[in-house]
Amino acid sequence: MSAINWPGIWAIFHHEMTRFFRTVMQSLLSPVISTVLYFVVFGAAIGGRIQSVEGVEYGAFIVPGLMMLTILQQSVSNASFGIYFPKFSGTIYEYLVSPVGWIEVTLGFVGAAAMKAVLIALVILLTSFFFVGVHILHPFWMLAFLILTATGFSLLGFIIGLWAKSFEQLQVVPMMVITPLVFLGGAFYSSDMLPPFWEGVAKLNPVLYLVSGFRWSFFGLADVPVGVSLVAVSLMIAACCVAIRWIFATGWRLRE
Amino acid sequence: MTAIIQIENLSKQYGSGTRALSDVSLSIEEGEIIALLGPNGAGKTTLISIICGLVVPTGGTVRVGGHDIRTDWRAARKLIGLVPQEIALEPFEKVINCVRFTRGLYGEGHDDAYIEKVLRSLALWDKRDAATRELSGGMKRRVLIAKALAHRPKVLFLDEPTAGVDVALRREMWEVVDQLRRDGVTIILTTHYLEEAEEMADRVGVINKGQLLLVKPTSELMGEFGKKTLTVELTAPLSAIPDDLLGRGLRLSPDGRALTYEYDTRAERTGIAHLLGDLAGQGIKVRDVSTRQSSLEEVFMTLVSEPRQEVTA
Repeated sequence: MSAINWPGIWAIFHHEMTRFFRTVMQSLLSPVISTVLYFVVFGAAIGGRIQSVEGVEYGAFIVPGLMMLTILQQSVSNASFGIYFPKFSGTIYEYLVSPVGWIEVTLGFVGAAAMKAVLIALVILLTSFFFVGVHILHPFWMLAFLILTATGFSLLGFIIGLWAKSFEQLQVVPMMVITPLVFLGGAFYSSDMLPPFWEGVAKLNPVLYLVSGFRWSFFGLADVPVGVSLVAVSLMIAACCVAIRWIFATGWRLRE
Repeated sequence: MTAIIQIENLSKQYGSGTRALSDVSLSIEEGEIIALLGPNGAGKTTLISIICGLVVPTGGTVRVGGHDIRTDWRAARKLIGLVPQEIALEPFEKVINCVRFTRGLYGEGHDDAYIEKVLRSLALWDKRDAATRELSGGMKRRVLIAKALAHRPKVLFLDEPTAGVDVALRREMWEVVDQLRRDGVTIILTTHYLEEAEEMADRVGVINKGQLLLVKPTSELMGEFGKKTLTVELTAPLSAIPDDLLGRGLRLSPDGRALTYEYDTRAERTGIAHLLGDLAGQGIKVRDVSTRQSSLEEVFMTLVSEPRQEVTA
């Protein structure tokens, strides 16, 4: 038997994706409706008063931010729910007694969660074409940032799902931490627009680096250097992997 | 026969200080059915959980098919199937997909012909496209067995397989286990139902307070610890036991038509021949004679109330 149980990874990935497609309308329709509302509120209502940001039409300027907002929310919620539900239903035992280790379980769940988030973000991008003219300057890097961010936040969601002991706990981190970070991370504005003190505070927000790098891939504009954004997301992925490996090695919240 | 599971000096102490298992050693042969008996909290489920990978031991070793469960866990786990005590199934998933999923987890490719065979053998084929939440409790339990068999394990653990199920379903489960035995699967089951162990198991292990008190072939255990009761039905009723027959532990039934006599099967002389001879000498005519073996439940109660040090594994 090889070191990695590939059929095991595929089984988990396929199982999770099947759940997504079983509720495809609700999985896709809900974010699309939210996006349309954001375009109406931020693009049409507010955007009417803000002509452009750094030379980019405001409606187009918020597209990367909206996609990032969706990626972060969907990645965290998909991955956290994905691993929490077997804990809730008791089927987690299957993962613990079968020949799959932390690598297989993580790749299966996180891969599926990231894939779902990326699909939804791309649907949002398609939706935005109906409202604004969006030109993507660096499509490869756009996709790379999309995948890396989805992976990083799916890993974070996976940890939240492993940690959570109730549905309430499952909701609290995305609601109390992720959403504020996204809104304060320059999803709908450039950090240059903030007063100097708050601009300094915003630089402490890791999401700013993700949104900035992602926006650069669209318009060539960035609040922070693109290399810093890439390093930030890579560090996040590495830190989450170390944490997950520790959780599986010790059995914390898994084998208790 | 060769040992498929080799447990040596296995111990488990939880962080709270609770010692769930103490120095347990046991060898399980390929193809046998062994029942682990013990009261609640005896350590049965802890033992199974360690072998399957759910609980990490604090001492000792376990080898499954020659593979150490800690250093060679992938190979060891591939040989094992577990049917947990609690019914845990994804409620919205189809039966057949549940089984396919488990097969995938164990690193096995698609084999719908085999899955069909498993589902048919468990009378689940007609329900293959039903969501598990639509099934009865008995069917759900059979789905758990189907999942545990999805990767053709050599060893199957059944943790309280008939806990909380009705008599008919229990019989049904016994038939399933019997079929698995014929297929050569080694089965380790824990149970509270001593009748179940007596019915199915080749050997019985008794666990109490984390210690394996003994492991013996079921028949040997029954013979060694079991007492038999001889019932002598009389042609004419007696008003009382004759004086010459007193002191033998005889009991007269309320209607005076039957005498019962308890004897130890291990004793060199059971006293049955003497008793029957003396009855004839007293002119008491016998209509019929029957014997009854004491149940495993009585044997079990004897064992856990008098812990033994000797373990035959």
